Amino acid sequence: MSKISKVLVIGSGPIIIGQAAEFDYAGTQACKSLREEGITTVLVNSNPATIMTDEGIADIVYIEPLTADVIARIIKQERPDGLLPTLGGQTGLNLAVELADAGILDKYGVNLLGTPLETIKKAEERSLFKQLILDIGEPVPKSATVHSIKEAKELAESIGLPLIVRPSYTLGGTGGGIAHTMEELEYTVASGLSSSLSHEVLVEKCLLGWKEIEYEVMRDAADNCITVCNMENIDPMGVHTGDSIVVAPSQTLTDKEYQMLRSAS
Amino acid sequence: MGKRALLTLEDGSIYEGYSFGAKDTTYGEVVFNTSMSGYQEMLTDPSYAGQILVLTYPLIGNYGVNDSYFESKQVQVRGLVVREHCPVPSHWQSTGSLSEFLQTNGVPGISGVDSRALTRRLRSTGVMMGIMTSEMTPEETLQELKGLPRYDSTDFVKQVAIDKKYQWGLTSDDAALLHHIVIVDMGLKYNIARILTQLGCLVTVVPCTMAVEDILNLKPDGIVLSPGPGDPALLDYITKTVRKLAQRKPVMGICLGHQMIGTAFGARTFKLKFGHRGGNHPVRDLASGRVYITTQNHGYAVDADNLKGGLEVSQINLNDGTVEGLRHRELPVISIQYHSEGSPGPQDNVYLFDRFLKIVKERSTIV
Repeated sequence: MSKISKVLVIGSGPIIIGQAAEFDYAGTQACKSLREEGITTVLVNSNPATIMTDEGIADIVYIEPLTADVIARIIKQERPDGLLPTLGGQTGLNLAVELADAGILDKYGVNLLGTPLETIKKAEERSLFKQLILDIGEPVPKSATVHSIKEAKELAESIGLPLIVRPSYTLGGTGGGIAHTMEELEYTVASGLSSSLSHEVLVEKCLLGWKEIEYEVMRDAADNCITVCNMENIDPMGVHTGDSIVVAPSQTLTDKEYQMLRSAS
Repeated sequence: MGKRALLTLEDGSIYEGYSFGAKDTTYGEVVFNTSMSGYQEMLTDPSYAGQILVLTYPLIGNYGVNDSYFESKQVQVRGLVVREHCPVPSHWQSTGSLSEFLQTNGVPGISGVDSRALTRRLRSTGVMMGIMTSEMTPEETLQELKGLPRYDSTDFVKQVAIDKKYQWGLTSDDAALLHHIVIVDMGLKYNIARILTQLGCLVTVVPCTMAVEDILNLKPDGIVLSPGPGDPALLDYITKTVRKLAQRKPVMGICLGHQMIGTAFGARTFKLKFGHRGGNHPVRDLASGRVYITTQNHGYAVDADNLKGGLEVSQINLNDGTVEGLRHRELPVISIQYHSEGSPGPQDNVYLFDRFLKIVKERSTIV
């Protein structure tokens, strides 16, 4: 990769579940670091009420809607040689996938910086993620990706209710939900299919009432990794992440459980 | 709230709190550990013999205690200092609270102490002797501290090590087992034997006072020198054993075992100001450049300046540059200052047991 001299950063947009205020913080720090390295920093963000859009954080700021069309136009205008999409939360990641798939990045010779496209897809697309987890030998709840209400009902008959419905490409879970009955399943799958970018939803065994544990791991291309922390949601599974309090570190795991999950992460 | 209690340090500082666990007065070297989980494993780790353990994590005991998390047969610390202990644990395997556990084991605890302020003092002054009591006045504790036996001059290995050899888990006639590993017990943590057994080894644990010929008569394929408490400079009788074993068999040393390999090859050891105790110590492997996150629990280290006899430094601590691993240029001898068995702490370094068993295997096919 040749030396990068100009980078487009996708900002965090409105503060919602899946892209909360921490992305403004992360994006601001990224802009500062890039400028420290002498790189011209172009920022696009639809939300002007953020720190990152303040004067002096980025070199050039676009307050524009965060859509693939708009970003393509900015790329055409600014001709950055790098795109940093990993600091804008869900929207940024989705846009990177869209821009890459549409051939915009190749057309203008823009390098995707940070997390590779493959990895974004693996994290975002539920079926790819599930396969990855199975490949490394970790258990997953019984589930299947379905494209219609009929497929979802067939699945419910084989693995039983309650089921949880998750549309692809929404980390925060917009359009998903829990189905305790066949009627609820029908409704939730219909809503999920319509809000999914790829018109597919993952239907899986519902883990209502389980403990919810998260790990933050940073890993580089040379496979050096550190576990920054783990977290435990005070509410059990079933209470939405956006409505719940999470504490770091976990409070009710023994060291054996903590380390087992850490090793898996 | 329990009864008012005191922790008095050698430098005259006094911390007030509340008694929990057993009600006795206790004394020992006051050390701190920064791990966030694994208090039961720490409490039962023989390397804490003679010490009062301070936990920097502010809330201890949430998941209770259970029968399978012992690292030795009993609680080994002399006393436990916490900011807050949880009297009502929540965990499906829990069989009781931390306070009940300490009480059953006759070990006192003190809560309500700002254990991080205490840790900062230990970091700036260095570890020192302390006394914990709910029975004495501050003046009495200060007086009492003057007459107590010093941590550095006590051979704690003698107190915690076994005096009769035993077989770990399986019986010796199991022919399917890969290797016979003899662990020289100076204060063994059970997880070392558990991992070796899982890796297909027959494990025999022997006293560290056993004669070299008697150890060799057990026909081991490899020897593991266990961790243990106290000042390695007091353990000449083990150094002599290790020196001879290292010439005859593949040897892996862990923690105190690592220090004994150092002294067996003529190195000296020194006391660290406040030790390394926690679950996130970064260690760099000098050959690969890779950094590993390790569990540590030691108050002494091998001096890198006077290594001889073919021994060289293989790994260093990234916090203070001290020696974390040794290897011998010709002999099949490796050692680590940290705990590849974790428990508590990361399981990232279990690969070292595989590496040792590979050395054992290569060696046994040559002979």
